[in-house]
Amino acid sequence: MTIRTARSIRRLSQIVFFVLFFWLILKTNFDVNLTPDDTGHISLPYPVSIALEFDPLAAVGTLLATGTLYKGLLWSLTILIPTVFFGRFFCGWVCPMGTLNHWISEIPSERRSRRGKNKIQANRYKPYQKIKYYILLVMLAGALAGTLQTGLLDPLSLLARSIGTVVLPTLHAGAQGVTSWITSLGISPLSSLAEGTYSVLSAFLLPFRPMFFNTIVSLGLFFAIVLILNRVFTRFWCRGICPLGALLGLFSRWTIFGLEKRETNCDNCGLCAQHCQGGDNPEPGLRWHQAECHVCLNCQAACPRGSLKFTFFPKSDTASITNPPPVEAVDITRRKAVAATAAGLLMLPLLRSGASFAANPQPMAVRPPGSVGEADFLARCIRCGQCMRVCPNNALHPTLLETGIEGIWTPILIARIGYCEPTCTLCTQVCPTGAIEELTVTAKVGDESRPPMRIGTAFIDRGRCLPWAMATPCIVCEEWCPTSPKAIYLEELTVTDSRGKTVVVKRPYVDPNLCTGCGACEFACPVADRAAIRITSVGESRSRENQILLERRTAPRQHDHE
Amino acid sequence: MKRREFLGKTSKAVALAAVTGGTGLLFHNRQVHTRSGIVTQAADFQVEASGDWPQVVLAHNEDPTIALRMSLDGIGGIGRFVMKGEKVTVKPNVAWDRTPEQAANTSPILVGEIVTQCLAAGAARVIVTDVTCHDARRCFARSGIREAAEKAGAEVILPTESDFVDADLKGELLTEWPVLRAVMECDRLINVPIVKQHSLSGCTIGMKNLYGIIGGRRHRLHQQIDQSIVDLARFSKPTLVVVDATRVLLRNGPTGGSLADVATPNTVICATDQVAADARAVEFLDIPVERIGHIRLAEKSGLGTAHYRAAGYKELT
Repeated sequence: MTIRTARSIRRLSQIVFFVLFFWLILKTNFDVNLTPDDTGHISLPYPVSIALEFDPLAAVGTLLATGTLYKGLLWSLTILIPTVFFGRFFCGWVCPMGTLNHWISEIPSERRSRRGKNKIQANRYKPYQKIKYYILLVMLAGALAGTLQTGLLDPLSLLARSIGTVVLPTLHAGAQGVTSWITSLGISPLSSLAEGTYSVLSAFLLPFRPMFFNTIVSLGLFFAIVLILNRVFTRFWCRGICPLGALLGLFSRWTIFGLEKRETNCDNCGLCAQHCQGGDNPEPGLRWHQAECHVCLNCQAACPRGSLKFTFFPKSDTASITNPPPVEAVDITRRKAVAATAAGLLMLPLLRSGASFAANPQPMAVRPPGSVGEADFLARCIRCGQCMRVCPNNALHPTLLETGIEGIWTPILIARIGYCEPTCTLCTQVCPTGAIEELTVTAKVGDESRPPMRIGTAFIDRGRCLPWAMATPCIVCEEWCPTSPKAIYLEELTVTDSRGKTVVVKRPYVDPNLCTGCGACEFACPVADRAAIRITSVGESRSRENQILLERRTAPRQHDHE
Repeated sequence: MKRREFLGKTSKAVALAAVTGGTGLLFHNRQVHTRSGIVTQAADFQVEASGDWPQVVLAHNEDPTIALRMSLDGIGGIGRFVMKGEKVTVKPNVAWDRTPEQAANTSPILVGEIVTQCLAAGAARVIVTDVTCHDARRCFARSGIREAAEKAGAEVILPTESDFVDADLKGELLTEWPVLRAVMECDRLINVPIVKQHSLSGCTIGMKNLYGIIGGRRHRLHQQIDQSIVDLARFSKPTLVVVDATRVLLRNGPTGGSLADVATPNTVICATDQVAADARAVEFLDIPVERIGHIRLAEKSGLGTAHYRAAGYKELT
């Protein structure tokens, strides 16, 4: 096999993995054609969480933070172990975020600094490439202490949440807007064309109905900055920031596969450096940085004289004073590594001494059903956004500061936008790290032997409620309450309205023994902006402290039904 | 400055100024684009009353299909309601993500059988649709209605934004609301409700089931629920009402969830008078019809009679 064929296979591999990843995120969606089996348990047709389960950073991070490797995360070994032998092939061949950065970086630039001879200089190893190792150390030390922040910068999390909660919803809204604008012009062939295009698009890419996401701009801006930086520095993210790349760099210390440089017939044309992805100095005469190389094979394929060769056990006797041997270890200093680790360890007491954790339970922190306790949750969630993407009711949203800065972009339920469907367990199925533990429908709705899974409790705002404050009949919250017996009960009362007319109203009350916090009442409440009944996290099954009642009565309450 | 340069520059500047000013004048005080196309016709699909047939026919049988066939034959057979080549819309109650046993939605067996009957009568197209409360895909799947209807040959529509038209309901209370296109643009409408307790309207049977033909923020309707239901029933008059009382939900309606709330009278009612249909069916809930505000109001508004026995009533077992 020639080196050009090998490079073509690498390009194909990048396309295949990118498409596969995108497809898996696309399929993290409630499919229309599902039919329930006898148990009434609806599950996704594809194992979509595999997109994140191959992620070694998620595996190492959650392992350090929790001491266990959750379910499918064992798959990450299929990346991590070959890395030990072959180096960071993942970055050059597999990583969909790396591929995206690759493509965007290689669109010819109008910057003089990134063209011709200047590009050779720009592609040489730079000190900023060390930053990613310190970022990794801070995060892994944080994980060891108990707060998992790797997901913020993990490329697979970053891409998954950006596609799922930014790109696809934006595309949906854009497509709808363009279609309705063209249709409004009233030119019939144009309208049919637009509507046809829209149906094709929606058949392949768009969910059943438009989705809306909390703080979408913060997520979108972050993603945009990562992409735009490629136009200033080739693969800035991969070279300088990516903690997964750094982890794989650490594991590349003793690779048996590497670059062999022969300086004898090299004429210093610089083509190798011009096409280099990792910024690892493939040119003879410079020290090759083993931990920076993405094994993309571009340098060897670009070399017109055969001076470069990727091979098993590269010969070291080609080294000379003018062709120095490679740097095998990552280029970080011990002092800074210790400092970064210390900073990471300190992150936990700093964050947990803040006001939004134990001292002050956050009412907005209504976590998805099946979520583990908040401390464990923050040790597991990698912010991949798969739970938000899959939620058929658009109920789950990324936070900004609702659960403190430690919980940025973790999922919460916003019932005004969507409530938690009692028989739905999709978010629990797709979570790759067990921040949301898998539930069966029975475990969620409960039966004679166990209580239902509770995510919070509903509270009536009597100042906004129609029967309470406005002498107007309404029972919508009670109507929607899905528990049986209902957690909302009514008291009939005759009141006088402003014109002196008597009106019979039924005032709602919440029975905290029965309420599961699903939010159907808040969702359905006819008071359109801020609902007159709202859920907060108190009473959630996962917390021992965040409770109201001393004891929950499990037997049906004694009130008469209307 | 050369003359050519002067002319070139000033003419471009003047042209740009003219375009800028012209644009301002052209768009000044323009009417903001208004919504167009409010449908004003009513959804009235009734057949002519006939002295040959009773208005309400009730049939009792453990097999829902047989119960339906008996009551349908008793009121004149499907051939009286559906003609060859017609487009029929079937409107069951598929509001909630519940299984058939939980009695929150219409029986899938009945929906399937009605579709079969319509197609056998020569209907060109049968649509089964409902504006659900819970996620439509879930409701249609778990209720078994999607599967049953499609197997019988119907087209199932899970409404999205483009499936509605803005209609003027011309009610005392309800005016402009988005209404299902399938209910506006059809030849026959068959309402197939289930019988359930409801804590504000007393019961959810046929007329209340019409909530499911409109979209928008319909939870506001509860503030004057009786008038809202009557406005809908005046706007939308089905060809036939098929009441599913094979199972009825006695408590914790309209969502239910527990089998302890369900009774099984094994009964199907076919009716051409939607007020009479509800008046008969509410008896399954042990609520006197006088206590149901919307049935009383509907009768008073001349939409039908609550005294179903006088209107022509037959019971088959």
